[in-house]
Amino acid sequence: MKSIETKQEYLDYVDKKSPNSPILKNCFNAFWVGGLICSIGQIIFDFCAFKGLDQTSCSTVVSIVLIGIAALLTGLNIFNKIGKFAGAGSLVPITGFANSIVSPAIEYKSEGYVMGVGGKMFTVAGPVLVFGISASVIVGIIATFFV
Amino acid sequence: MRKIGKQTIALDNAPYIVETSSIVGPKEAEGPLAKYFDQCLEDEFWGEKTWEKAESKIIKENVNSVVAKSGIPSSNIDYCFAGDLLNQCISSSFGLRETNIPFFGIFGACSTFVEGMSLGSLFIDGGAASNVLCATSSHFCSAEKQFRFPLELGNQRPPSSQWTVTGSGAAILSNTNYGKSCPQITYTTPGKIVDMGVKDANNMGAAMAPAALDTLITHLQDTGRKPSFYDAIITGDLGYIGKDILTELAETKGYNIKNNYNDCGVLIFDKDTQDTHSGGSGCGCIGSVFSGYFYQMLKEHKINRLLLIATGALMNSTSSQQGESIPGIAHAVAIENLE
Repeated sequence: MKSIETKQEYLDYVDKKSPNSPILKNCFNAFWVGGLICSIGQIIFDFCAFKGLDQTSCSTVVSIVLIGIAALLTGLNIFNKIGKFAGAGSLVPITGFANSIVSPAIEYKSEGYVMGVGGKMFTVAGPVLVFGISASVIVGIIATFFV
Repeated sequence: MRKIGKQTIALDNAPYIVETSSIVGPKEAEGPLAKYFDQCLEDEFWGEKTWEKAESKIIKENVNSVVAKSGIPSSNIDYCFAGDLLNQCISSSFGLRETNIPFFGIFGACSTFVEGMSLGSLFIDGGAASNVLCATSSHFCSAEKQFRFPLELGNQRPPSSQWTVTGSGAAILSNTNYGKSCPQITYTTPGKIVDMGVKDANNMGAAMAPAALDTLITHLQDTGRKPSFYDAIITGDLGYIGKDILTELAETKGYNIKNNYNDCGVLIFDKDTQDTHSGGSGCGCIGSVFSGYFYQMLKEHKINRLLLIATGALMNSTSSQQGESIPGIAHAVAIENLE
């Protein structure tokens, strides 16, 4: 190996030395766990429809149940293990959103309910809310005037 | 003492390391070095309500332990050098606020332990102190909270990331050996800040390896020693990737350290069974591994000449978010059995 003199040479060398994440394995696990979570959602949906709820109410119940389960599993220190295994599979569905709000709430409880839980609860989910809501406002404006 | 070469200081009255003590958390207690630590905790809270209080308790109890083991009354300890990773070094200052020992809070990220030993040995060699206490701590949970994400967040860690050690190391340096055979600090080489442009906070080993290389080569040039002079050259904590990089870079500069070089972050965990990716890190890693394992090896004369190089990544979460690269630092002390 030749001697490294410049920063760029070093960065290229570090790139070669650093192992990559196992992308195929991660994708596979994300696919089936994510699919499983969505299937559970669909089962809840169909069950609600079977019990006579209208479509909007069914969707709301699905969200509530999945958020409830994810929040509970976060508190029981189980969700992070699922997340480590499944990655985007548990992060992208609404379960990941619930986890991203509950986990800072637990972590920062030691700083009090106002500045800790209240102030830090959205540190992870904040960007999703800001850009999610902003995007929906823009889409809403476009839809109102042009569609 | 006198300065030799570019930046090394030769300690003519080589201070003795008269006692060390180490406390580690439950994960470290499952690692390959468990039997060398003075105390292994069963849970990460240790009866406290917050991670920060738990870390303060770890360093406090470890300092109490090293003072008790040494038999030196704490009133005879002149100064204390301590540091940790939490903002404004609160673990050390809160943990040691009741010790009544004049206190220097120091920050060198994971290099703090050797930074403290360097400064302490200069105080002793210069005649400013007879006994000096050096201590550091880190805690996986408080470090994750401050630098990364909440523990319960379901995310994945990249393979190059390192696992902050829950633990503390403490050592007492002295101008006398109290009638025991003790290893001595003969040289100290304070390091320069080296930044090769690595920005990935999940690849600290790569960010710090160039600093370790610079300090290693400077130390060898200043002292006129060869790598083979040392029974062991130990860095902390470059982890697997940084260790590999340092070994290769040293070779390109004409220094072969393959046979006697290892890293505390590599030694403290079993990466296959403990899922610690690139190895351990944190002020408590080299602190506990030196205080636990290497001090015992020196006392038993299984190692007689040790070059201890502690490396630190001098960044915080704000600098990372602002896209800054990570400046690295490495401080070295040569520890030898002279008697």
